[in-house]
Amino acid sequence: MIFDIVAAVFIVAGLVFFALGVLGVLRFPDFFSRMHAAGKCDALAAILIILGFMVYVLKDFSGPSLLVALKIFFIAIFIFVASPTATHALVKTALLLGAKPWSRQEWLERRRQK
Amino acid sequence: MTGEQMSKAGTSGIIVEMAVRIATPFIQLFGMYVIAHGHYSPGGGFQGGVILGSAFILLGIAFNQEMALRYFSERVNSILGSSGALIYVGTAVVCALLGGLFLDYSALDRVLPLGPVEWRSMGIFVVELGVGLAVMSIMTSLFWDLGSGGDLEKGL
Repeated sequence: MIFDIVAAVFIVAGLVFFALGVLGVLRFPDFFSRMHAAGKCDALAAILIILGFMVYVLKDFSGPSLLVALKIFFIAIFIFVASPTATHALVKTALLLGAKPWSRQEWLERRRQK
Repeated sequence: MTGEQMSKAGTSGIIVEMAVRIATPFIQLFGMYVIAHGHYSPGGGFQGGVILGSAFILLGIAFNQEMALRYFSERVNSILGSSGALIYVGTAVVCALLGGLFLDYSALDRVLPLGPVEWRSMGIFVVELGVGLAVMSIMTSLFWDLGSGGDLEKGL
């Protein structure tokens, strides 16, 4: 029972972070802040959901379930390494190729001109 | 976008390189795991081969082609790919020569008596091994040929 509750808390927390990430991708003004929202929220949410799966698998504690939990934990470590790296590579490439970060001043000027 | 910008964007930097250094051995281990578990759980030769090949593609993207070719040269690539195809067809032909049908693994019982049922399982594993090797080398060489624009210098 306690395992079910802990797993549910982890998974719901992960879903909340995913929802916030989606909100950020939809609402933020330029590529960099969107990648900021997507990268951070995706990594944390995926890891939280995977931890929830791990706790759920460990409900009936035995050799095979421990093995499955270990494999799920390796996936979490892989996401922990790969997701920020992918975000970094994307943003760095965009910056080098000349994408301009959003600034409030430019935005205000453009709005005044309209 | 100018050529200079492209070449500047081509250097991936220390963060990506370190992440690739850390991840590559585990990707290869996972590829072998997928091949080895292919005959009784999800996975198999093709999927494992693609994962193994993607490890070399990742090296080629994060560093450059010369670096990846130093670890896995075109010659080794060709030899592994051909031997993969040879393992596949060889197993099938050996089965046929031993009196069974083409790819009828239970005929291999006459080489090493494990019982026909066990050989049907083990035979799939041997064939998956060949498929994995062939797919790995084809994935890698496809990327190298396309990534170098068709003129792969210093091949073989």
